[in-house]
Amino acid sequence: MKDRGYYEGFGGAYLPEILVATFDELAETFQKAKDDPVFWQEYVDIMSTYSCRPTPVTFAENLTRHFGGARIYVKREDLNHTGAHKANNVMGQGLLVKRMGKSRVIAETGAGQHGVATATMAARFGFKCTIYMGEVDVRRQRPNVFWMERLGADVVTVREGTRILKDAINEAFRDWVTNMDTTHYVLGTACGPHPFPEMVSFLQSIIGKEARSQILEKENRLPARIYACVGGGSNALGIFKAFLEDPVELIGVEAGGKGLDTGKHASRLCSQDASIGVAQGYKTYFLQDNDGQMKETHSVAAGLDYVGVSPILAQFAESGRIRFEAATDREVVDALSLTIQKEGLIPALESAHAFAQAFKEAPAMSKEDVILINQSGRGDKDIFTVADAFADPKWQEFIKEKAEEYHA
Amino acid sequence: MLESYLKNRLKEKEILLMTHIVLGYPTFEDSFEIIESMVNTGVDLMELQIPFSEPIADGPVILNANQKSLSRKTTVKKCMDFAHKVTRAFDVPFLFMSYYNILFKFGVKRFTEAMAQNAIKGAIVPDLPPEEGSDYLGAMEKHNLVPIFIFSPTTPDERMKYLASFGKGFIYCVARKGVTGVDTDFSDQLKKYLARCRKATDLPLALGFGVKEKEDVDFLKGKADIAVVGSQTIRLVDQKGVGAVGQFIKSLR
Ligand SMILES: Cc1ncc(COP(=O)(O)O)c(C=O)c1O
Repeated sequence: MKDRGYYEGFGGAYLPEILVATFDELAETFQKAKDDPVFWQEYVDIMSTYSCRPTPVTFAENLTRHFGGARIYVKREDLNHTGAHKANNVMGQGLLVKRMGKSRVIAETGAGQHGVATATMAARFGFKCTIYMGEVDVRRQRPNVFWMERLGADVVTVREGTRILKDAINEAFRDWVTNMDTTHYVLGTACGPHPFPEMVSFLQSIIGKEARSQILEKENRLPARIYACVGGGSNALGIFKAFLEDPVELIGVEAGGKGLDTGKHASRLCSQDASIGVAQGYKTYFLQDNDGQMKETHSVAAGLDYVGVSPILAQFAESGRIRFEAATDREVVDALSLTIQKEGLIPALESAHAFAQAFKEAPAMSKEDVILINQSGRGDKDIFTVADAFADPKWQEFIKEKAEEYHA
Repeated sequence: MLESYLKNRLKEKEILLMTHIVLGYPTFEDSFEIIESMVNTGVDLMELQIPFSEPIADGPVILNANQKSLSRKTTVKKCMDFAHKVTRAFDVPFLFMSYYNILFKFGVKRFTEAMAQNAIKGAIVPDLPPEEGSDYLGAMEKHNLVPIFIFSPTTPDERMKYLASFGKGFIYCVARKGVTGVDTDFSDQLKKYLARCRKATDLPLALGFGVKEKEDVDFLKGKADIAVVGSQTIRLVDQKGVGAVGQFIKSLR
């Protein structure tokens, strides 16, 4: 591997020797595909027939009126097949798996969206599929576990470490170092060793490419600000990339959890709790202690509950090109609730972070300004978590009855 | 120098033994006792793992030892102090094994200084290929410490030579694909792989991953210079306690 994927000192490929040859092959396959216009065409074709691309942008008229400031638009990645932007990355990597001639895919998943997307891709392309998921996430995203299993994937519950996303990534690597001859690891976000950050953000860049021309067509001008939630950073980079050279303010919203001063959050780029380190094969900001041991993270959204962040975003945080903010669990549930009531949109808890931050800023903006929120996914998967957040009595009643049915 | 120490020992023994333990597991007192019985029963050199929360190259046994040690508040500082104690008490070379973040956060310069002060001879850092390791290599060189590099069965001949050009002391050959603590097939294929390693370097060869009994060590005689025993002693300590270690090490030769 000649290009080691550095972004102003972030990134790299800190690989155990056993995987070096596998990464060389992947980097080469990706480079060829990237330089090959046929690949991108094939990718766009599959995304427009198997999924729903181009996804629309929706003018949120009621929310706009409610806040009385900037005109609010929403990019609808929730309308992808399987309900999130994760499908973009997964179908693209699926095409690369075919080019490499491998027959099995593995993936980590937090929210379960990436796991479900990978399992559908595997079903469609005829690959074997194993998904690693932390025990905590298995519990809080149960509907997605059900679908992954229906889709024929083996879902392995990870009980090591903090039992969430980072631990699922470790286990996927442990599988990969054993089975790399037949297996490709479909990493779900723009993290990990080179070429993953570049490859995943390249595949996700379709979001911003579409959104830029859609907004220009509708409003005949660029948005003033764009908001995206940041877990590993793939939906954020996906929508931001097309606007990097434009006079557009880009805002990444991290999980503020119970508050940045409580230690219970997953904010790497706008809290004092993160520092630069090297783990999971790459260099970036991690939530770690002074010894370099990773800390526990917390978010109501499983997909944002991660210790590291894309090295490409770390670079833009340092340069100031992207502003990073955090939204707390409480703010997120409120933003979700408002969006459901005003627009009939049901964002995923992850995506609702972007809404929450936009809602904080929109009222103070001019009515001439346009803002764009990336709705990275739909919220159906969160039914248990959201029902708990609202302490919904009818739902609790239903669950109790259902449990009794199974007992009978 | 480590290389000449090993080559001298190899004049007397057909194969050397290196053992791997996780510091602070089950406790630092136990670590000390384990080392004592290992040295007394003829172990030639030792790898001391500083635990890390994300040990991606390790399998269940060592992973568990890392997690348990950390849950008992093992710190890098405690590992350094412990190194000081054992290098004074025992007359075999000791190496550190850890993941790069441990060195990086401590400060690579400061880490190598502390290694030298505490008489640690070298280090094995499995997630640091030479391409990413220029700071580390410079700092190790400055203190006369040996950076141990790793060959794997997927490493092409050309790259073996490239890795060997950075390595000192010996080369750690990983026996197979996969993580630590899984069985290895001591087969003809392994023999061919070791022959390939031998051609790539004049450094002594250590073979690790899956070595767990005398038969395995015997197989390696004449093919490798050092047999590395890792997960198996940890498993033994888990099952039978620290007292069983000496007998086990004796049984290997
Ligand atoms: C709907 C949704 N949005 C966002 C994310 C966060 O990932 P990323 O930052 O890579 O977009 C996830 C991850 O699971 C997700 O499911």
